[in-house]
Amino acid sequence: MTTSTYLARKDVLLILLFAALIMALLPLALDPFRLNLVGKYLTYGFVAIGLVICWGDAGILSLGQGIFFGLGGYCMAMFLKLEASSVGATKIQSTPGIPDFMDWNQITALPWFWRPFHSLTFALVAVPMVPALLAFVIGVAMFKRRVGGTYFAIITQAIAAILTILIIGQQGYTGGVNGITDLRTMKGWDIRSDHAKLVLYFANAILLVASLLIAQFVRRSKLGRILVAMREREDRVRFSGYDVAAFKIFAFCFAAALAGIGGAMFTLQVGFMSPSFVGIVPSIEMVIFCAVGGRTSLLGAVYGALAVNWAKTTFSEDLPQLWLFAMGTLFIAVVVVFPNGLAGLYRDHIAPRLGRFLRPQLRLAPTGDGRKQGATR
Amino acid sequence: MLMGYSLADLGAIFAMQGFAGLVLFSVFVLMALGLAVIFGQMGVINMAHGEFMILGAYVTFLISKLFAAFLPGAFAIYFFLAIVLAFIVAGALGMAIEWLLIRHLYRRPLDTLLATWGLSLILQQVYRSIFGAREVGVELPNWMMGSLHMTESIEIPINGLIVMAITTLITAAVYYLIFRAPWGRQVRAVMQNRAMAGAVGIDAGRVDRLTFALGCGIAGVAGSAFTMIGSTSPTAGQLYIVDTFLVVVFGGAQSLIGTIASAFTISQARSTMEFFLSGSMAQVVVLLLVVGILMLRPQGLFVLKLRR
Repeated sequence: MTTSTYLARKDVLLILLFAALIMALLPLALDPFRLNLVGKYLTYGFVAIGLVICWGDAGILSLGQGIFFGLGGYCMAMFLKLEASSVGATKIQSTPGIPDFMDWNQITALPWFWRPFHSLTFALVAVPMVPALLAFVIGVAMFKRRVGGTYFAIITQAIAAILTILIIGQQGYTGGVNGITDLRTMKGWDIRSDHAKLVLYFANAILLVASLLIAQFVRRSKLGRILVAMREREDRVRFSGYDVAAFKIFAFCFAAALAGIGGAMFTLQVGFMSPSFVGIVPSIEMVIFCAVGGRTSLLGAVYGALAVNWAKTTFSEDLPQLWLFAMGTLFIAVVVVFPNGLAGLYRDHIAPRLGRFLRPQLRLAPTGDGRKQGATR
Repeated sequence: MLMGYSLADLGAIFAMQGFAGLVLFSVFVLMALGLAVIFGQMGVINMAHGEFMILGAYVTFLISKLFAAFLPGAFAIYFFLAIVLAFIVAGALGMAIEWLLIRHLYRRPLDTLLATWGLSLILQQVYRSIFGAREVGVELPNWMMGSLHMTESIEIPINGLIVMAITTLITAAVYYLIFRAPWGRQVRAVMQNRAMAGAVGIDAGRVDRLTFALGCGIAGVAGSAFTMIGSTSPTAGQLYIVDTFLVVVFGGAQSLIGTIASAFTISQARSTMEFFLSGSMAQVVVLLLVVGILMLRPQGLFVLKLRR
């Protein structure tokens, strides 16, 4: 298995290149505003990593990643909001000490599920755990009954719809359609200053690279290979004695926890959380940028998240009418013409040439890699 | 929550809400029928289904404007022409889309979802460029605006009755086409076993194209009917797509009766609950119930027995 170590070394090299890009090149090249935008896009990278494991490897298409992204984001926002609505800061309200939107909705006491969020530790634990728990419940209910494929996709989509309607409908408890806004400090540290944004950007980047490494480890392990086997021939894996449902639940929960972390980092960097990041449309967009980048490549999906979101911001600023056309065409093109996305293009066309160019003496080695990965889809 | 209403009031409330539920039910059935044909028979997830519906609504809007401008004398009957045209236009677009896009993706059902989502974005932007982002309403002829007084407290709106009549007609037609006509036998044969169907001389590609066009055409009719009870905007289709998919899945994807039964259950539950809870909470409760039941019974209410 010499190729396997070669692959691992190459993957680590690519991850290091990515780390250098987001931690050295971009911070040096961009002004604080643009860098904050990149930080925002990178939070979607967490979702993309989760989707590669869950969708690309295990073949479970979830149209509900927005739920988990949103839940993580809301957990963080609830903590920050409580800190921003201390009794001193909200003297003018009829009930001081509760968030302003609750006061506007004639709520006079903090609801029970808000109370634990006074504690930062609790909030930090809740960020990955709440999404993972919900994913666990959904996963047990669905996968134990062998619901999969399109049905699973539609049901997760319905849950995303339910959660959005619930958040918008219960404005007194959730801030409604505006979401939770006006977040200021975290344990007394102002998160709105340029310096804080830079620190948060690097925290986000480090977390993202760490997640990449963990996900890479999962994919290289036996567990990862079972996930791929399940995608290709579920029955054979079941007949070999594996508990297919348990592996699916793991993949789904893993993706959910990562999405939750992404959501929390999003809240910290952007300074608010609203239902517009939870519903059906953002959930599908998450799947799309994962598909654009390459559903079977961790780095590809993260680059996809960066590229699609960057394009979205640029185009919708300059050419708002053309944006939806471009986006729609892109999706169709990716699905019909390049099912493996940017990563597939790289793997099939650029990597072999690059390999030949860099080390002409090893002409045989890289082609084996390309075929091995290409054959998985 | 039932305190404070007399028995007669409650009866009237249930009758009126029940009728409102029936109208909602009819629109649901129309929307879901198209999807039941496309998703249930072909297994294609068409996320642009809502946009085909909106296309029908815009066709109706255009026809009403045309009649108001050039044929005011015949304005009273424009609606029937609009329905036929909505079917033809949406069906033709569906046929083109099937040929250009869908037929390349039959082996990858989850990918059709992404591709048709892209399509729905493009269609939305087309509508926005042509008709503007604002909502447009269709002006109904006078005779469709009134209502029948059944008793003192119960009124039945006429446009609701028309929607129900259209739904009944379309449902009967679909039932005949899919389950009784020779063409429907070909459709079901292709869906059950494509290779064998091809071997006995059925042109599978043509059957696919026509089936998809039929589903889209019905969506167009649904949109046309929808203009009578709501206004049309470029993004309105997206609001209904989840409900519609749930109706089809809840009913059991391949069963026509299942689709109708589940549309009935969902719409009645929702309109009855809307009177007591807020609209959004009623929707949440119903969706939660449906998702809960689907978790217990993933195959839906009615299952077509099939040997795979």
